[in-house]
Amino acid sequence: MSWIKITNVENIPVREGRSVKIGRTDVAVFNLGARFAAIDNRCPHSGGPLCDGMVSGNTVVCPLHGWKVDLTSGAIVKPEVPVCVDVFPVKVEDGIVLVDFPTHREKTKEAAA
Amino acid sequence: MKQLVVIGNGMAGVACIEQILNYSPKFEITVFGDETHVNYNRIMLSSVLAGEKATDEIVLNGLEWYQQNDIGLHLGVRITEIDRQRKIVKGDDGSFTAYDKLIIATGSSAFIPPIPGVDKKNVFTFRSLDDTKALLERSRPGLKAVVIGGGLLGLEAARGLQVQGCDVSVVHLPETLMNMQLDPTGGQYLRSKMENLGVRVLCGKVTQALLGNGRVEALQFASGETIDADLVVIAAGIRPNAEIGRKAGLTVNKGIVVDDTMCTSDPSIYAVGECAEHKGVTYGLVAPLYEQGKVLAAAITGNSDVRYEGAIPAAKLKIMGVDVFSAGDFGDNAPGTEVVKYEDPALGVYKKLTLRDNKLQGVILVGEASDSGRYVEWLRSKTDIQMMRRSLLFPEPTTSSSDPGATVACLSDSDTICGCLGVTKGSIVKAVHEKGIRTLKQLKECTRASTGCGSCAGSCETLLKAVAPDYEEETKKVLCGCLPFSQDQLREIARTQKLRSVQEILNIYGNGTGCEVCKPALSYMVDVLWCGEHDEDRSARFINDRVHANIQKDGTFSVVPRIRGGVTTPAELKKIAEVAEKYNVPTVKITGSQRIDLLGVKKQDLPAVWADLGMPSGQAYTKGVRMVKTCVGTEYCRFGTQDSMGAGIELERRLENLFTPHKLKMATVGCPRNCAEATVKDIGLVGQEGSWQVVVGGAAGKSVRKADLLVTVQTTEEAIEASELFFQYYRENANYLERTYDFVERLGIEKVRKETVYAPESQRKKLLSRLRKAKALSRDAWTEGEQPVNPTQFVQIEPMEAVVVQ
Repeated sequence: MSWIKITNVENIPVREGRSVKIGRTDVAVFNLGARFAAIDNRCPHSGGPLCDGMVSGNTVVCPLHGWKVDLTSGAIVKPEVPVCVDVFPVKVEDGIVLVDFPTHREKTKEAAA
Repeated sequence: MKQLVVIGNGMAGVACIEQILNYSPKFEITVFGDETHVNYNRIMLSSVLAGEKATDEIVLNGLEWYQQNDIGLHLGVRITEIDRQRKIVKGDDGSFTAYDKLIIATGSSAFIPPIPGVDKKNVFTFRSLDDTKALLERSRPGLKAVVIGGGLLGLEAARGLQVQGCDVSVVHLPETLMNMQLDPTGGQYLRSKMENLGVRVLCGKVTQALLGNGRVEALQFASGETIDADLVVIAAGIRPNAEIGRKAGLTVNKGIVVDDTMCTSDPSIYAVGECAEHKGVTYGLVAPLYEQGKVLAAAITGNSDVRYEGAIPAAKLKIMGVDVFSAGDFGDNAPGTEVVKYEDPALGVYKKLTLRDNKLQGVILVGEASDSGRYVEWLRSKTDIQMMRRSLLFPEPTTSSSDPGATVACLSDSDTICGCLGVTKGSIVKAVHEKGIRTLKQLKECTRASTGCGSCAGSCETLLKAVAPDYEEETKKVLCGCLPFSQDQLREIARTQKLRSVQEILNIYGNGTGCEVCKPALSYMVDVLWCGEHDEDRSARFINDRVHANIQKDGTFSVVPRIRGGVTTPAELKKIAEVAEKYNVPTVKITGSQRIDLLGVKKQDLPAVWADLGMPSGQAYTKGVRMVKTCVGTEYCRFGTQDSMGAGIELERRLENLFTPHKLKMATVGCPRNCAEATVKDIGLVGQEGSWQVVVGGAAGKSVRKADLLVTVQTTEEAIEASELFFQYYRENANYLERTYDFVERLGIEKVRKETVYAPESQRKKLLSRLRKAKALSRDAWTEGEQPVNPTQFVQIEPMEAVVVQ
C-alpha cells in the first residue's frame, strides 16, 4: 500500500465525484464536504461510472440504473445484493487529496495480464 | 330558551361550545372575544411564524359555523364586569348581556417580567394572531432578534424568527432549556439541536434591563454584559386571565377555582381552559382543556355526572426537525423510582423513562419522538409494563414492515389516537361506519381528531386507510422520505421562506442530505421559482445536467445539437459530418425528433465537440425543451394551409434553453393531415384554413394519448402565445417528472384553459412576464464548454504522481 497524491481539493466540488486513473484502475474520488472518499469507479451491476453518480449522504447512486453504493464500506445498499466495490483509504494533506492504493493490485493485474 | 354567555372565543371556550351543542336542552349562546378573529388554532401560531401555514389555514371555526349554530358572536369586545346578583355581564362597548349560565374561558396572557424597559418599542409578546402578524411584519433578514425565555413558546418563536431570516438569540434564566419539561441532560440535547439550526442559546442569564432610546437596542444582563437587539420577544411564561373572576368575587387562587364539574364557587358560573384552576393546577396545554370542555358540557346541560380528574402534563415542541416530547413526572429522586435511559450524542437522541411499581411515571424524548403516543397511553391507562421491559425504549418491530396498518390494528378501541382532543380509535371507527367518512378532512370535521397540534394526522390516515371502505387519499404524496412534504407545499415553503438553494431546503426542512429523487426535483423548483436568482447546485443534478449530454450505457455521452424545427443547412450538415469524423463518433443517427444524434462521445471531448459544431445545445439530455417537429407546411406542400416550419422555428426559439418538470416535445403541422404528429406531443399547433388549433397533453411514448384542444386562434402569434401560457403554467404547477399528459389529465383541460388562455388579462400577463424573465436569464448550456463552472467539469483527473509497482 502506498499513499498517492491525486489532486488539489478544489478540483473536486463538494458532493461531486471525479474519476482518476491510478495505474490501471479507474478510481472514483468523492468530496463529501466533511471528508473525501474513494472507491472503484465501476458499478458492479453493469459497469456504470460511479464518479458521475449523485451523492446522497454517505452513498452514491450509479447514473445508469440507480444502484446505491455505500462510500464507507463499498457495500451495495440498493438493491440488496451481497456484492461490494473496492474502497480505498483517503486523506487530505496540505490541500491535496491522497489515496492509499494497494500496489499489489497492480501486480496481480500484471500477473493476470 | 335559557341564555348561555361565553366569555372568551379561544380554543377551550369554543371546543366546549361544540360539546354543548351535542346535548339538549339547547341554549341561546352568545360568545364574547376580545380578539378580532374567529376561533383559530393558537398552537399553530408558531407554524404561521415559521411560514409553514397561512393565517387562514389555522382557523378552526369560520363565521359560517357560528351562523349555522345560531351563536351570537361579538368580536373585539372585552367583558369588564360580571354582575352576579342581576346575572348580567358588562362589555367595554357599553353592552349589557343577561345570562342564565356563564362560562369563563378567558385563557391566559403572556407574563411580562418586571424588567425596566419592557415598554420600549419593538418589544413583543407571542400569544395571539395579532402578535404573530406584528412579528411577521417586523422581522426581516439580518435583524437581531432576542427571545427572552427558553421554554416551548420561546423556542418556537425563536425558530420562527430565524426562518424569517433574523439572527436569533434565546436568553434563558435557568441553566438548561425547557427546564419545566426536561431534565438537564435533555435540555443540553435540545440546546445543541437549536444551535445546529443556527439559534444562539444563552442560559443562566438574568436580564436586568432592556436598553435603548425609545426603541429597544440591547439587553443588559445582571453580569454586566449586554447583547444587541433590534427586536425582543418576551416568552417568559403565561398567567391565567382570572381577574374577571376575582372582581366578581369568585374563589380565585392562581386561576379561577373550579370543582370536578368545572363549576366555580357560583353555581351558575363555570370556567374552562387556561383561566381555570382544578385541584391547585392550572393547565396550559390543549389536551386537558378539551377534556375539561367535555366535562363542563355534560355538567352544564345536566346530562351526566362526568367528573374531571385532572390530567397528566404533556408537552411537545413544534419545531420541524427538533423532536421534543415530555410527559408525566420525570424526576428520579423519589424512592423506588427506576430510570431507563438511552443516549446517542452523535444522533442527538435522548430518551428517558421513569418507572415506579412497573408503571410508567414520566417520559422525556429528544431527537426522536415518534413513539410518544405509546407512552401517553401507558401513562393514561397506568399500564403494567413488566411484560414490555425488553422494548421499553424501542417498540418491537411490527411483524411485517409492509403492513403499516399493523400498528393501528394493535390498538384497542379505547386507545387514544388524538391526544389533544381525546379522540379514541373506537370513536373514529364508529364515525367512519356511521357517517361514511372517507377523507381526513371529513374526519377532522366530524370528530375534530388531529385539529389540535396535528401530530396524529398520520395515525388518523393509517386508521382511515385500514377502516374506511372508500378511503380517498387527499394529501398529495410527499416528494420522498428525505422531506416530509408534497411538492406543492415545498414550492410554497421555498417561495415564502425565500430559500434559493437545494441544500438550504434540505437542511431546514429535510434530513440534510437528500437523495437522487428529491435533489433534482428541488433543483428544478428553485430554478423555476427564482429563475436565475437561485443558488445553482450542480451536485444536486443528474450527471446529464452537469455535463449537458446524455449518458449512455457504456459511460460515454450522446450529443444532439439544436436544429430548430428540424430545418438545417448544407453547411451545418458538413460541420456535423466533420465533427463525427474528427472525434471518431461511432454512431450518427437521425432521431425521431428530426435531429441528428452523435453517439459515443467521451466526456472529456464534449467541450471540443461543441466548439467545433458551433451549434447550440438541443437539450436532448434533460427535463427541458426538446424540439419542435415540423412538416413543410405552406412553404412547399400543396395541401399546406399554415406556415408550420416558420411557426415551429419561432416557437422553438422562444422556449429553448428552458427547463420543464419533464421533457417537453412539441410539433407544428400545416394541415390536419398531421404529418409531424402534433396531436401526440406535449404542445402541438395544428394548422387549418385561417386558424391554428393549439393542442396540449398529447403523448406517444410509454403512454399514448391524443392531445386536448386548448384553444383555436387565428394568427400564428396568438398560437405561440397560447403555447407559451400553457408552457409556463405547466412549468410552475406540475410536479417534477409529471409529463403534460398526466398534468392535463390530473387538472382537467377545463381548469387548464381557465388558468391559461381564458384567465384574466392580468393573470396571463403575469404568466408571460415570468416566462420572459426566465427566458432572458436562460442560456445555451454548451457555452460552459468554454467557461466551465469548475476546472474539472469535463476532465478526468490525472494523479499528481504515478503509481509505483513494487
